[in-house]
Amino acid sequence: MSNIVVDKSKVPWWVSNVIVPLVNLTLALLVSGLFVFIAGENPIEAVKLIIYGSFGYIQGFAYTLYYTTNFIFTGLAFAVAFHCRLFNIGGEGQAYIGGLGVFLVAINLSFLPVPIVWLLAIFGAFLFGAAWAYIPAYLQSKRGSHVVITTIMFNFIASSLMIFLLVDVIRDTNQMAPHTVKLPEEIWLPSFEAFSGILGIKIRYSPLNLTFLLAIASLFFVWFLVWKTKWGYEMRAVGHNTQAAIYAGISPHKNIIIAMCISGGLAGLLGVNEILGVSHKIQAGFPAGYGFTGIAVALMGRNHPIGILPAAFLFGILYQGGSEVTFEMPNITRYMFVAVQGLIILFSGALENLFRPQIESFFVRRLNREVNV
Amino acid sequence: MEFLSDIASLINSTLRISTPLVFAAMAGIFAERSGVIDFSLEGKMLMAAFVAAVGSYYLGNPWLGLLLAIIICVCLSMLHGFASVTHKGDQVVSCVAINILIIGLTTALAAAWFGQAGLTPTLNEDQRFLEIHLPFADALRDIPVIGTLYSDILSGHYVFVYLAYLSVPLVFWIVFKTSFGLRLRAVGENPSAVDTAGINVFTMRYKALAINGVLIAFAGAHLSTAVNANFFREMSAGRGYLALAAMIFGKWHPKTALIACLLFGFTDALQIRLQGVELPAIGEIPVQLIQALPYILTVVLLAGFVGKAIAPNAIGQPYIKER
Repeated sequence: MSNIVVDKSKVPWWVSNVIVPLVNLTLALLVSGLFVFIAGENPIEAVKLIIYGSFGYIQGFAYTLYYTTNFIFTGLAFAVAFHCRLFNIGGEGQAYIGGLGVFLVAINLSFLPVPIVWLLAIFGAFLFGAAWAYIPAYLQSKRGSHVVITTIMFNFIASSLMIFLLVDVIRDTNQMAPHTVKLPEEIWLPSFEAFSGILGIKIRYSPLNLTFLLAIASLFFVWFLVWKTKWGYEMRAVGHNTQAAIYAGISPHKNIIIAMCISGGLAGLLGVNEILGVSHKIQAGFPAGYGFTGIAVALMGRNHPIGILPAAFLFGILYQGGSEVTFEMPNITRYMFVAVQGLIILFSGALENLFRPQIESFFVRRLNREVNV
Repeated sequence: MEFLSDIASLINSTLRISTPLVFAAMAGIFAERSGVIDFSLEGKMLMAAFVAAVGSYYLGNPWLGLLLAIIICVCLSMLHGFASVTHKGDQVVSCVAINILIIGLTTALAAAWFGQAGLTPTLNEDQRFLEIHLPFADALRDIPVIGTLYSDILSGHYVFVYLAYLSVPLVFWIVFKTSFGLRLRAVGENPSAVDTAGINVFTMRYKALAINGVLIAFAGAHLSTAVNANFFREMSAGRGYLALAAMIFGKWHPKTALIACLLFGFTDALQIRLQGVELPAIGEIPVQLIQALPYILTVVLLAGFVGKAIAPNAIGQPYIKER
């Protein structure tokens, strides 16, 4: 146990917001290296493969940015709810249902002119994701049912519901596999290679598409919403101190609902990337764990858009580079990277205070010495 | 007779399916009564299943597998304590981290060591627990009612089933009838009062977490070395969360938690029986809806439509000793 007392006001922002997270991340990656070693592979070779796979060639880099897009959405989703002290572990289910929203809007309104269909489909994704988060939010605020358990249960229920719909209701009846028909090609979101084609560069296929810009816009949206509006202020007030917020006339109920619905909506936007941008149909299990990864992204990014962007990019690197590793190293499967996420959540979330007092007091002492000299 | 034996087999499977939930709920009671939230029951159960299966595969004895699982689960509980009791990290975040870490680690290691995607090798009869047939079970089978009760319902379970139901009165006795239990509950309700009385809050919470680790190991071993003969990916399938919901619904009390666990077990047993059955007036219910029943039931129970649950007062708050 450490008994170091640090005067918080003397700690420079870059120590607590850059140095400490980097130390925690390094620890998580070191332990990950140990796991890779236990699995019987060379961790240093694995790092080389990750860097080559995610930066080594244009196509790989495009994949990295495609994964980054997904992680920005799910990371922001977790962060928004977290500012109201709500643990939205249900990003996975909200993204799944959000995908249904995109598909239903796009397939039914595909006759409309292109940018309008896109906007409506984005709206549909947000609305469906928000609706799926609404019930746990309501139960949390009115009945005190812990949002962690209800959102997890809603992940299971979403998965059952979507399999049911995919098998019995909206399945492409010409195919054996449970997925829907493809959306008409006119309304697909333009891909990265289409853009580079205009610039005269020819590259091979990658799933990166226009949704990347929507993700960047979402970062600004969340920053503005949480820090620059009355809503955001009330949300954070409820999160920090519910009793004080009630005295100030802020309704916890209303803010829990708003925070969770915005959170669910952001998770739902994952469906825009996956369905309008990449596969153009709903496939069983398409959120593939991105919802859970969002938790790690948000905690690593300290729940702020400025932190979430690099954190999402890092996970993009891990995912894309990781697929290179699983291809080259037979003993490593993609689940190793799920374990790495767990470690990152552990070190940058739960154990974030492990070395914080030591690091902060180290810098405070050094900086004070400089001032005295 | 057909109807009676149907009921008997339904009760029999209810007892079996509830077993891991009962262990997990009892484990949860220890952690949460001491003021530490434990969503990581899910991850620990999964880890116990993996370790028990791998351990008894290599050591040739399921009891040694169970012992290994207990050691690893206590270590995980200590990790949770290290993060959330000693370093005052967020308890929910710590649990989420453990759960995600273990989903990944168990599957990744199974693939690396055994070459199959998230599967461990099938255990032979020496490496797993077998059903225990109580004495005279065959002889008494033909006696009406008593025979069915004894031979078809009580007999023929795995050792864990009996242990689970024996653990409930034991947990009740420890938590409510011993001085350790009194301190445990006091630490969860009002840690500073306990501290004033000269009892170390941190030590109490670590002790509670250690017992929690031992109990949850039984749940995992039941899944992979008794009911099934191997570990497979994400085999705990949300049972840790169901048990936690049962515990909350049971108001952090062993007896009522047991009833809630049996309710979940019954829903699951019914769920398996209902698949593909044509019901009068409704017709065949989609299999996905039936499979989602336990999860829907969890949400309904948690919503407290059957009474509001009041948690231990200090739950989720790290204890900070005044200087």
